[in-house]
Amino acid sequence: MSERYGFSLTTFSPSGKLVQIEYALNAVNAGSPAVGIKASNGVVLATEKKSKSLLHDDRTIHKIEPICKNIGLVYSGMGPDYRLLVQKARKLGQEYMLIYEQNVPPTQLVKRVADVMQEYTQSGGVRPFGVSLLICGYDYDEDRPFLYQCDPSGSYFPWKATAIGRNYINGKTFLEKRYSDQLALEDAVHTAILTLKESFEGQMTEDNIEIGICDKEGFRRLTPAEVKDYLAQIG
Amino acid sequence: MGDDIMSYNGGVALAMKGKECVAIACDKRYGVQNKTIATNFTKIFQYVLFENVSFFLKVQTVSERLRFRTNLYELREQRKLKPLVLYNMLTNLLYERRFGPYFVYALVIGLDPKTGETYVFDSDNIGAISDNVNLATVGTASDYIFGLGELFFKPNMNADELFEATSQALLNGVDRDSASGWGAVVYVVEKDKVTVRELKGRQD
Repeated sequence: MSERYGFSLTTFSPSGKLVQIEYALNAVNAGSPAVGIKASNGVVLATEKKSKSLLHDDRTIHKIEPICKNIGLVYSGMGPDYRLLVQKARKLGQEYMLIYEQNVPPTQLVKRVADVMQEYTQSGGVRPFGVSLLICGYDYDEDRPFLYQCDPSGSYFPWKATAIGRNYINGKTFLEKRYSDQLALEDAVHTAILTLKESFEGQMTEDNIEIGICDKEGFRRLTPAEVKDYLAQIG
Repeated sequence: MGDDIMSYNGGVALAMKGKECVAIACDKRYGVQNKTIATNFTKIFQYVLFENVSFFLKVQTVSERLRFRTNLYELREQRKLKPLVLYNMLTNLLYERRFGPYFVYALVIGLDPKTGETYVFDSDNIGAISDNVNLATVGTASDYIFGLGELFFKPNMNADELFEATSQALLNGVDRDSASGWGAVVYVVEKDKVTVRELKGRQD
C-alpha cells in the first residue's frame, strides 16, 4: 500500500461504473485461456501454457498452484499479480490452520482472497489485480468439490463449469453443451482438454498445457506424463 | 489457600466419557480465599460445552471472548462448530496471552450427533493441548476427584451409569477440599439431548 496516496485510484464514472475494474477485466480477457470443471467427485483446472520462445525452460514455471492440501488455483491475466495472490492465499490458508487446526474450507478461502482483491479497488494508491482466478477445492465437512471464480472487482462466483481468458465466451458455450451433473473426474479432464482445444493454435502437447485435479485425496498438478496419456486418449 | 492465583477462588470440575455420551460436572462455590461469597456459581458454559474454573473475572472474560469467536465462526461458515475446532480456538485464545495469561483452566467436552464420537479435552491456562481423554479434572480438588473418577470409571458406560460415576466422584472428592463444594451441577450430553441435574451435597 502506498503511503503517499491517501485516495483511491479507482473511482466511479458518471454512469456508475468503476472503469479501472473494467480495464482490469480487459487484461484478463486478453490472457491465455483457463478452464475449470466440477465433476461429481472432484474438480479439474486446465490452462494453456504457451511459451514465447523455444528457448524457454518451461518445466519449472507453473500456472496451476496448490494453496493447501485441498485447494488449488489457476488464473488468466497478469502473471506477477497472480504470484502475489498465490502467496497471500497460502498465508491465509495457514492462518486458518493455525487457529482452527483444520484445512480451510474452499468457500472460506475464496471469501478471504476476494476480500484482498476488493481491498485493491478501494485502498489508496493501488490498482486492481489484473487477474481472474479459478479456485478449486474439496470441502471435507460437506464432502463435495467446489469451483469458484474470483474477479478483479472482488466478486466471486461458484461455477459448475467455466472458462476465463481469451475466447472465454466460446469456451463457456462449449461447456454448456458438454456439461452434465453426472460427470466423473476422468470425463471432466477430457472435457477440459477439449474446451482448451477449441481456442488452441497449433499442436497441443504435454508441455504447453497444464492440468490440476482436486478430489477427496487433495489437490495435485498432473505430471507431463499423465497429461500426455490424457492427450493420447483424445487423439 | 496460600498465594496461588489459581486457587484464589476455589472450585472444581470433572468430565468423563461414556458410550455415545459425555458428562461434565462442577461444584457451585464462589469464594475469595477462605470466604465463601456465593453458592450458586456454576462454571459451565454451553457452546458445545465448555467449562472454566478459578478466577471469576477471567472466567467471564474468557467465556465471553470465546463466544465472540464462535458466533463469528458460525456466521461466516454457516455451520456449527465441531468440538475439536472449538477446543483449538480456545487454546489459541489462551496462548495469545502467553505472557500475561488468563487464570483459568479449561475443560471442553463435546459429542458429534452424527457419529456419536465423544470428546473430552482439558487445557492449562496457556492453552497446552491434551489428547481426547476418558477423564479430566480441573480445580483445587482436582487430584481428589481424579482419584475417585479413575475408580468409578468403566469404559462404555451408558448415560445413567455415567451420571452416577461422575456425580459420586465429584461430590465425594470435594469433601476433602475446603475451597470447593456447596452442591454440584451435572450435565450429561447424549446424541439427542442434554440433561442437567443439580445435586445437593454437604453444605460446607
